[in-house]
Parts: sequence; structure tokens; C-alpha cells
Amino acid sequence: MKLLLKYIFQLFLYIFLVTPTFAKNKTIILATTTSAVDTGILDELIPLFEKKTGYFVKIIAVGSGQALLLGKKGEADILLVHSPDEEEQFMREGYGINRKFVMYNDFVLLGPPHDPANTKHAKNIFEAFKQISLRKVLFISRGDHSGTHRKEMFIWKSLKIDPIGNKWYQETGSGMGQTLSVASQKLGYVLSDKATFLSLKRNLNLQICHSDDKILKNIYHVIEVNPKMFKNINHEGAKALADFFVSDETQRLIKEFGIKKFGEPLFKINQ
Amino acid sequence: MELFVEALTKAIHLLLSFDYETYLVIWFTLKVSITAILISTILSIPLALYISTNQFRFKHFILSTINTGMAMPPVLAGLFITIFLWRNGFLGRFNLLYTPQAIIIAQIFLATPLILGISISAFQSFPKKFMLQILGLGATKFQLYMIMIRECKLTLLSAIMAGFGAIISEVGASMMVGGNIKGYTRVLTTAIVTETGKGNFELAMAYGIILLLLSFSVNMILTKIQQKNRTEHE
Repeated sequence: MKLLLKYIFQLFLYIFLVTPTFAKNKTIILATTTSAVDTGILDELIPLFEKKTGYFVKIIAVGSGQALLLGKKGEADILLVHSPDEEEQFMREGYGINRKFVMYNDFVLLGPPHDPANTKHAKNIFEAFKQISLRKVLFISRGDHSGTHRKEMFIWKSLKIDPIGNKWYQETGSGMGQTLSVASQKLGYVLSDKATFLSLKRNLNLQICHSDDKILKNIYHVIEVNPKMFKNINHEGAKALADFFVSDETQRLIKEFGIKKFGEPLFKINQ
Repeated sequence: MELFVEALTKAIHLLLSFDYETYLVIWFTLKVSITAILISTILSIPLALYISTNQFRFKHFILSTINTGMAMPPVLAGLFITIFLWRNGFLGRFNLLYTPQAIIIAQIFLATPLILGISISAFQSFPKKFMLQILGLGATKFQLYMIMIRECKLTLLSAIMAGFGAIISEVGASMMVGGNIKGYTRVLTTAIVTETGKGNFELAMAYGIILLLLSFSVNMILTKIQQKNRTEHE
């Protein structure tokens, strides 16, 4: 018994000590949005990059707001985000370099099948939002400072409506997938990126009520964190990964991603 | 209900078809949690022996702290450790954030108060007179400690089981300090969160069922050891 315990102990000590801690300059921390992970596109692209270059990419999936914050603290090497206004500020403040366009898709307004606020007949997205607020139909918000949440707040702000605190307006504070299930269960309206909606559609009782609005374009940029601001940045790796995202081959893969499974691409590449 | 049946079928399928990704996650989960529980046990038992047999200043304060630690919310432990492990943080130069070792550290943080707290009450219920008698017969302090451990074995194993249950089912800290990186720091609980987010509910539930099976097997082994010792005892 004692001997057995001794062996078990030695075994685990061994495992603990030899678990690979990857060499620092071979590890890249990519802070990105939940939508990039929930759609599964990074699961397809990153292994290709790792195989090609030998880098190990740690994907940290948070909202765009938090991803930018990790960049501002020097806790990430590279960001893949979709919150243009905040990104521009991030660049202006000198935290990032080489901001590059990667891909885009659209935000869509989703709602319950019977469309209680009659948003389908709204002229544009602003009117649709106005209808929801006038009729006080439940609206589910991300509430997490993500790119999607920023876009939603921008629309409310343009309408000079402050939805916070109203009974018909609820914030989940979680990722896109989770928020969509809440909206589906509670029969509420929700603003979502189209890619996440398409990949989760089969479990949701929601339909697209409004799309194809210029305002609703959802653009993803890759930003390398400025190595001059922080001493521990793996800038070489970040640069390699950024180049990988914009390379012709990757762009082609992005364009084709999801066609087989969903019948239409989840992301577009041509501006 | 239909979903549950589907999930159960999926769980059995994943296990029997030796699905590589599933076994990888199971292996990570076990590796991390068992390492953490072993280290916590090794830390806790000598400390518990010391605290329960000695009188010192602030003892009540320390005991209250340990008992509060038993109710430590995993996310809070996670947040705390994340801040310490940040690249530009206090322990940043070790580059531990988003590694399996970081999860182990967080889990030690969560399990130690539990094991410590329960072991202290076990040792404190050890009869004082018996203790004096043992020492009176010429036993060294170390021998006394060994006797105490042997006598309290039942409760100590329960303490370990409680600690193990707490950390294998914990998601907040693992998510935060581990980063839920596929094939590296993704454990069963964080895999459940990811798959739920992706809308793969039956896969998420299948992982849940596997997690329950896993903690059932570990607890069964520990219970077996516990009960075997009990019969020997009688």
C-alpha cells in the first residue's frame, strides 16, 4: 500500500514537472472575440498555422472590449477583434501596430418568429430598434462591451434612447452563443453577428428580422500589440500570425468556411 | 428528455470509440486535478497536525480564515491568481498564465482550505488524554503524529474526497487562469462551457456525463480504501 502510494506520488510529480511549458518565443497569445471561437473558424485556421510555423497559439476568447484591454496591458501578443471605434482609439494611443483588415460579415437583428414589434417592415435598422422600444418588446443585450454590444449601443445612442434600466431590456453579460439561447428561450429580440447565428441556428427559435444595412457591417481586424510598449511581447510570432491571416491561402479558406455545413459562407473577404 | 438520451448515447459512443479529443480532455482533467489534490494533501496534513496540537497566538483568527477559505468562490481565486501571473504581474517572469500549471495552482488554492479545515477538526477530536498517554509511553512527536493520522484516516479520506469533488467540478478558475485552450488547458468543465457556447448541447451533456463518471470512479476508489481500513480497524 505504502509502496503503491509512493509510486503514484512519483508519477505525478514527474508529470507536473515535465508538462511542457512551451518556450516563450514559440508561444503566441491571441486575444479574440467569442464569435471567432463559437463559429469554429479559428479551430480550422490556427492548426494550419501551427503546423506550418511551429508556433503554439494560445487562443483567449473574450469580448472585443476585454481583448483590447488585454492588449493594453501587454498580456496578449496579437488581437483579432471587431470593434472599429475602440480599435482606432487603441491605435491612436500607440498600443497597437499594423492594423489589418481580415474579414467581415454582417450583424443581423434577430427576433421571435411572429415578430411582435413588426421590425420586418421597418425601413432601416434604426426604425426597427425604435419599434422595439416603443412597443416595449423584450430585447436581450450582450452587455459585455464586446464588438456586438458596442454596435448595439451605437444604434440606441443614435436614436437618443437609453434602454438601460427598462423592464423590456435585459443584459446577459455573456458570449454570443449564450445570449442567443437566452433570447430564443425568452422570445426576445437580439443583435447578433450573422456567423454565430448561422452556426447555432438549428438550436434556436429565432429568425432574421433585419439585415443588409450598411450600418450593420461587422469588420474584423488583426492588430499586433506594440512591442515598444511592453517588454514581454512575442512580436515575431504576432507578425507571423498576422501575415498568415491576410495571406491569399488563408483568405481563400475564410471565404470557403462554412459553405459545406451551412450552405453559405460565414465570412466575406472582399471589402 | 430526447436530448438526454442523445447525450447519453453520445457519451457512451465517445468513450467506446476511443475518441482522441475526448480522451485528451479526460486525461488533462485527471492529470491537473489529481496533481493538485496530491499537493494540497501533502501541504494540508502536516499543517493540520501542527495547528491542532499546538496553541499559539491568532489561532482562532487562522481557523476562521481557513473556514472562510472552504467557501472560496472559484472565480475569485481565479481572478486573484490571474493578476499575480500576468506577464507584467508579480510572478510574470515565470510565464505561467494560460498553462496547466496555472490551473494546478488555482486548484491547490481551492482544495487546501477544504482538506485543511476538515483534517483539523478530525485531529482536534482525537482524545487529549490518549495523546498524553502515547507521549507518556515514550513516543516521539513524529510517532504521535503517525498514530493520529492512522486513527483519523476515515475523516482524512473524506477530506480528500471533498477537495477532489470541489476542484474537478470547478469551472471559473480553470477558465480564467487556463484560458480554455484546446488540447492544452481545456478540461472537462471548460469544454462543457465551450460546447454549450457553440450550441453543441448533446456534446456538452456527454462531457458532463463523462465528468460525473470520472468523479464517481475516483470516489469509488477512495471509498474502497476508506472502508477497507475501517474493517481492518474493527
